[in-house]
Amino acid sequence: MKPILEIEKISKKFRIAHELLPYLSLRERMVQMLSFRKTKSSEEFWALKDISFTVQAGDSVGIIGKNGAGKSTLLKILSRITPPSGGRIISRGRIASLLEVGTGFHPELTGRENIYLNGSILGMRQREIISKFDAIVDFSGVEKFLDTPLKHYSSGMQLRLAFAVSAFLEPEILVIDEVLAVGDAEFQKKCIGKLDEVSRSGRTILFVSHNLSVVRNHCNVGLVLKSGMMVKQGPVAECIDYYLGSMDSNTYGADSSVALFDPPAGNTMWINKIESRKNGQASSVFYTGDEISFKLNITCKQNLREPKIGLTFRNQEGMSILFTNNRFQMAEMDGTEFNGTSEITCNLGQIPLESGRYFVTFYLADDHKDHQVIENAMSFEVEQIDIWGRGQVPAKGVAPMWWPAKIHMKSVSKS
Amino acid sequence: MEYEIKRTHQFRLDLRELWEFRELLYFFTLRDIKIKYKQTVLGAAWAVLQPLLMMAIFTLFFSKSIHTAGELPYQLFVFSGLLLWNIFSSGISNAGNSMVTNANIIKKIYFPRIIIPLSAILSTMLDFFMSLILFSGLLIYFGKFSMIFSLALWIFPALLITLLTSFGLGSLLAALNVKYRDFRYVIPFMVQVLLFLTPVIYPVSVLPSESLQWILNLNPLAGAIDIIRCAISGASLNWSLIATSFIGSLFLFALGIFYFRRTEYYFADLA
Repeated sequence: MKPILEIEKISKKFRIAHELLPYLSLRERMVQMLSFRKTKSSEEFWALKDISFTVQAGDSVGIIGKNGAGKSTLLKILSRITPPSGGRIISRGRIASLLEVGTGFHPELTGRENIYLNGSILGMRQREIISKFDAIVDFSGVEKFLDTPLKHYSSGMQLRLAFAVSAFLEPEILVIDEVLAVGDAEFQKKCIGKLDEVSRSGRTILFVSHNLSVVRNHCNVGLVLKSGMMVKQGPVAECIDYYLGSMDSNTYGADSSVALFDPPAGNTMWINKIESRKNGQASSVFYTGDEISFKLNITCKQNLREPKIGLTFRNQEGMSILFTNNRFQMAEMDGTEFNGTSEITCNLGQIPLESGRYFVTFYLADDHKDHQVIENAMSFEVEQIDIWGRGQVPAKGVAPMWWPAKIHMKSVSKS
Repeated sequence: MEYEIKRTHQFRLDLRELWEFRELLYFFTLRDIKIKYKQTVLGAAWAVLQPLLMMAIFTLFFSKSIHTAGELPYQLFVFSGLLLWNIFSSGISNAGNSMVTNANIIKKIYFPRIIIPLSAILSTMLDFFMSLILFSGLLIYFGKFSMIFSLALWIFPALLITLLTSFGLGSLLAALNVKYRDFRYVIPFMVQVLLFLTPVIYPVSVLPSESLQWILNLNPLAGAIDIIRCAISGASLNWSLIATSFIGSLFLFALGIFYFRRTEYYFADLA
């Protein structure tokens, strides 16, 4: 059987105008006016470059990649919103795209009117909308407010209505962009359930999400994009591992699993090196539930009975979510004297954190004062997975519930 | 069903696709009509009040100074102009801004973009029919009951010329507005200027020179308005003017569609 979608060397080029600094721009503009000459420079930027793949009917394709990798551009080309600059796509089925729920919703129109308008925008026939109308209303749970203008709906109600219309789309190929990232936990559960239903009914889905666990559980084929290029295609698990692995190989700069520090002048003790570890192996990318530990290498110029070592976890918003040190929690000690170079392992157990990037601040002190504080010395990435095997991932916004830590100290050499 | 998505810069009319999306055109038009008078006390009565008040004001100022041809009272003269002028003015301002106001939709979903300016033009039809009813009432009031039948016949060619002109210019402005937002300011200004360059409140004959009259008659609306005025006053039709207007409106229509369809591929990137 011929593939339902053939994507052949699709490229998309954008022109970006160089904006100069404000003060330069004013001058530039005056020069421009005086010289009657165009000095504005522009640069070509390839949002996508030579993407080729085929999709078989019934496949669920998960497209993964960082922000700016070209995922949304690819979906926009597939949905014919924007044409490619090169290459072509052969489609053997009707494509419906869901780049947003509730496209075209108008606040002044009633719920009923918006169902018809939105359904029609999504490509449903009027007959189709009429026949599914009751089911849509039922699914949305807003039947009491059907004849109320949409502007009086709560945002949750609007979202439910919007999703309800989208849920009854029945194209051969469905293109979805990150629409599941909105709404509360119950809503997301509903969305994911519907997604499952659609893929089980044999339809083809192309799906972009940052929620890798959803991609893992609901797609069979994966596609990894990186700076506009396709770097990996294959079974979804392989693609996700590849993607996480490539994040590990230091593309952020500060997020490699090893960080080295120069001794600060005048200090009597300092941190040389920190390594983050996943299940005992160096890594800065974790799944929820992985064992996380940090291995520190420190130097003490004076003999200390027990140095004080602490760490703070902050989330992307800068909120502190964990603070601990070896005085709060009894450390396992190998030896009693710390002089020269020592290795310290902080084993924090299984990560109970949701998806996101986390930053770790370390500090080193003795009984009298802080010797060294390294703000955001490391960062690591957590990807949420279905660790309980129940097919469900908790919604974002759940704080860590519990976090026992063990700290093990061992002196390795004496000066 | 098999189709290809690729780079397209050429013009294509693709009426078949437009036909496939006819229901969407209907819903967009319905939306534009519905939201126009939502949360207004008088609702669609505004459609009648607006031209009536404009007629009253123009009559107050000009009925003595402007001499209209034939036996046409100035009230009927100016209302017949406003009838078509209002389609044109609200048509091109709605259509001209339509791609920008609907940017959130065109960035998220595909459909033939021409539907948007087209629905903006079509949504002026409700107002038109309401003021047409009022106009028939005025004809009766001024003792011209028999003219209703000739109006009922000649309104169609006049309406056709007006719609072709409005849609052509409206879609041209819509496409230009996506790229050059200057047109957001140009459109209201243009409507204002055109009101005086179109024989709505005065007959072309007020102009002293023949050549100036000839230039004004190039405006397709001049012919369209003239058709209605001849129809209700019983004067004989000026066929050469009608032909000029019809050709002019076809030209604007073709130009608008051509430019719109040539440039629509980049709308989602720029809107």
